Amino acid sequence: MNDNNTMLEVKNLQKFFPIKSGFFGRVVGQVKAVDGVSFSIERGKTMGLVGESGCGKTTVGKTILRLNSKTGGEVYFNGKEIFGLGNAEMLKMRPHMQIIFQDPYSSLSPRLPVGEIIGEAVREHQIVPPNEFDDYVTRIMQACGLQEYHKDRYPHEFSGGQRQRICIARALALNPDFVVCDEPVSALDVSIQAQIINLLEDLQKEFNLAYLFISHDLSVVQHISDTVGVMYLGNLVEFANKDEIFSNPLHPYTKALFSAIPIPDPTVRRNRIILEGSIPSPANPPSGCKFHTRCTYAMERCKVEVPVQLDKGNGHMVACHLYDDNSGSEKQPETDEASFRAIGEQYDKANENKTESNPA
Amino acid sequence: MTDSIKTSSTKKNPNYISASESRKISSENRRITDALEKKYNRKHVPESEYLTTMKDPNNTVEFDDLHTYFFTDIGTVRAVDGVSFAVPQGKTVGIVGESGCGKSVTSLSLMQLVQRPQGQIVRGQIRFNLGDKAYDIAKMPGNMMEKIRGNEVSMIFQEPMTSLNPVFRIGDQINEVIMLHYPEKSEAEVRDHSLHMLDLVGIANPEGIYMRYPHELSGGMRQRVMIAMAIACDPKLVIADEPTTALDVTIQAQILDLFRNLKEKINSSIMLITHDLGVIAEMADFVVVMYAGRIVEKGTANEIFLHPAHPYTVGLMASKPVVNRKVDRLYSIPGSVPSPIHMPDYCYFRDRCDRRFDMCNGPYPAEFQLSDTHKVSCYHYRDGAASNRALHNNGFEILN
Repeated sequence: MNDNNTMLEVKNLQKFFPIKSGFFGRVVGQVKAVDGVSFSIERGKTMGLVGESGCGKTTVGKTILRLNSKTGGEVYFNGKEIFGLGNAEMLKMRPHMQIIFQDPYSSLSPRLPVGEIIGEAVREHQIVPPNEFDDYVTRIMQACGLQEYHKDRYPHEFSGGQRQRICIARALALNPDFVVCDEPVSALDVSIQAQIINLLEDLQKEFNLAYLFISHDLSVVQHISDTVGVMYLGNLVEFANKDEIFSNPLHPYTKALFSAIPIPDPTVRRNRIILEGSIPSPANPPSGCKFHTRCTYAMERCKVEVPVQLDKGNGHMVACHLYDDNSGSEKQPETDEASFRAIGEQYDKANENKTESNPA
Repeated sequence: MTDSIKTSSTKKNPNYISASESRKISSENRRITDALEKKYNRKHVPESEYLTTMKDPNNTVEFDDLHTYFFTDIGTVRAVDGVSFAVPQGKTVGIVGESGCGKSVTSLSLMQLVQRPQGQIVRGQIRFNLGDKAYDIAKMPGNMMEKIRGNEVSMIFQEPMTSLNPVFRIGDQINEVIMLHYPEKSEAEVRDHSLHMLDLVGIANPEGIYMRYPHELSGGMRQRVMIAMAIACDPKLVIADEPTTALDVTIQAQILDLFRNLKEKINSSIMLITHDLGVIAEMADFVVVMYAGRIVEKGTANEIFLHPAHPYTVGLMASKPVVNRKVDRLYSIPGSVPSPIHMPDYCYFRDRCDRRFDMCNGPYPAEFQLSDTHKVSCYHYRDGAASNRALHNNGFEILN
C-alpha cells in the first residue's frame, strides 16, 4: 500500500461455501465461488468485472464489502484490512463503501417511502446534522434525477429506471468513495440503460467515486470501465486496462467471450469462437487450469498445473500456460487482433461514408 | 403519472377514476368481451368464415392492421394498435422494441394465446399460409386453432426453466407434442422422432437427456430442449420470444449458431423477438421496430442498421454501447413511453423526439415509403426517398 492512489486492494481473496448434507448438516464439500482473486482499484476509476453467470463475480463484490465472510486472502480498503476491523470500526467504514444491486424491484423495501429509504442510513451514520437532513436528501435525489415530491412516494409507484435511480441515490447519500455496481443495468430497457450509465458516469466525475462494475454485458463494461477483469469459475483469468484487453485479449476464454458478443451491424461477419458445453460446477472444478475442459489450445500441462498470473507488460495480467515463457512451447495462438481490428475499420469506413454522403 | 400522493385523490388528476366510472368501464368491457368470447367458443364453424387468400403466396404469415386490446378496469390498453407486416417463407423477421411495446402480444395473437377474456383481437387479419389454403387466425375459433398451434406455428419462450414442466422427463414432454399432432405414430416411432429431434439441436447424448428432468440440465441445454420441442412437428413458422435473453453470452452464441444451422435443415420461417439489436443484426433478414403498440419502421436488416430513419430507431441504436466503437457519452432518449391507456392523438414518440417540428402535432403519421421494403412512420420522410438522404445523415450525427 505504498501508492496513495490505490483505494482498494484485493489479495488472493478466497470464498468457499460449504455444501451441507444430512440431518446434522455435515459438510460434504465446498463450492469454491472465489478461489484466489487479486486486483486493485484506483481512486475515481472504474473496474469492470465480467464473466458468465456462476463464475463468482457477485461473490467478489459482496465479499470485498464484508457482506460475506471470507475464507482466505486480504482486502485492503484505504490501507486497512477490512476483515481485521472490529464492529465499531467496521460501522465507521461502511459509509465509504456502498453497493447497488441488480434488481431494483426486490432491493427496495416496499413499506418505506423513498425519502426514508434514502435517508435512513444518512440519519444512522450522522452524515449531516439533523437540521440539514431534509435538504441533504433532496439534494442527493436531485443529483440522481429524482424530484423532491418523490420523497413521499413508495417504490411500487416508480418505473424500473426510476427505482434504479433510487438505489443509486441510497448508495450515494452516504458520501461513499467506492461503490460496487452489481449488474445495475441488466434488468432495464435499452433506452433506460443509457440514462443510468450516463448518470453513473456523471456522478463519478462529480463525487470522484470508484466503481467495481459487475456485468455480463461486455459492451457496457467497455464503455464504462478503465480496467477490466475477466473471471472464470472463481479465478481471475485476465486483468488489464480496457484498451489493452479489448484490442489484444490474450486468454483463450477472453477471446471466446469477446468473439461471442453480437454486433449490431448486419454487414459484419466474423469467425466466432464457439465454446462447447457450459461452465463446469464450481463444487467440483476441473484440475489444473479450470478452463482446460473447454479450451481449444489445451495442452497436457493445463490438466495438471494451475497457471499463475503472468505480467505481459502494461499491467496486463493473464493466467494461462500459453504465455508462460518457461514452458518451452512455441505454440502461441494466432490472436484475434486482426479480426477485431477489421471490425473497427469497418465501423470507421461506414462512418466515413456517412459523413461523405452528407451534402451539407 | 400522478404528480403527488395528495393530488391523486382529487378529480383534477387526469388518471383518476371514481368507483362509479370504474364500474361503468367494467360493465362495458364485459359486454364487449362476452360477445367476442361467444364467437370464439362456437363449435362447428364453417371453414368459409375464416378462409382467406394471401396477398403474396410467398409469405408464411401476413399481419394486416392487427389490433389487440386489453379491456382492463381502468380503461382499454391498446397493446397492439394497427400492426401490418409479413413474414416471407424461409426468412427470419426480427421484431425489436422496449418492454411493453407490444412485440410479445403480436406473436401471442398469432398463437391465439393472448390472455382471454380481457385480451382480444378486435380488428385486423392474421393470414397464415398453409400451402394449399390460407386461414385468418384472427377469426378462427378455438377448437380449430388447436390443430395449427404447435403443429404449424410453434413458440420458444424466454425462460426455459419456467416453460418446461418440472415433474415430467424431457423425453415425455417432447413425445407429448408429437403424439398430439401425429396420432397415427406408434410409441416406438414417437420415441425415435424425439431422439432425432434432440440430436438435431446438438445434444450430444440424446438417450441420456431423454430420461432426465429439466432441473438436471443447464440453461443452454434447456433452451435446446425447448427448440427441439418447437420444431418437433416441422412447423412452417417458429416464434422465438427472447430466446437468448436469459442465457450467458457464450451460450447465446451457441444457440444463435444452432438457429442458423437449423434454418437450413428445417426450412421454416422464424419470427425473432428481442430487444438486443446485436442478435437481430446477426439473425434477421427483415427487421420490424415497434414503439408503443405500433410499427415505427420496417425494412431489411441492412436498411434498418445502415440507414435507420425513424428518430426512435436511431436513438435506440445510439443508446446501446457497441464494442470497439468509442463514444464519450451514450445518447439517451429522454422521457419514457406514454401511458398505454391514455395514448396521445399525435405521434406517440413526439414528446421524446429531438427532431420534432410543427407537423408532428398533427395526427399519427402514416407509413411513408423509402424503398420497396423500407417503410417509416415519421413526418420527416413524407416525401419518401427524396427526404431520406439528407435526413438520415442528420440522424447519424447522434450515432457518430
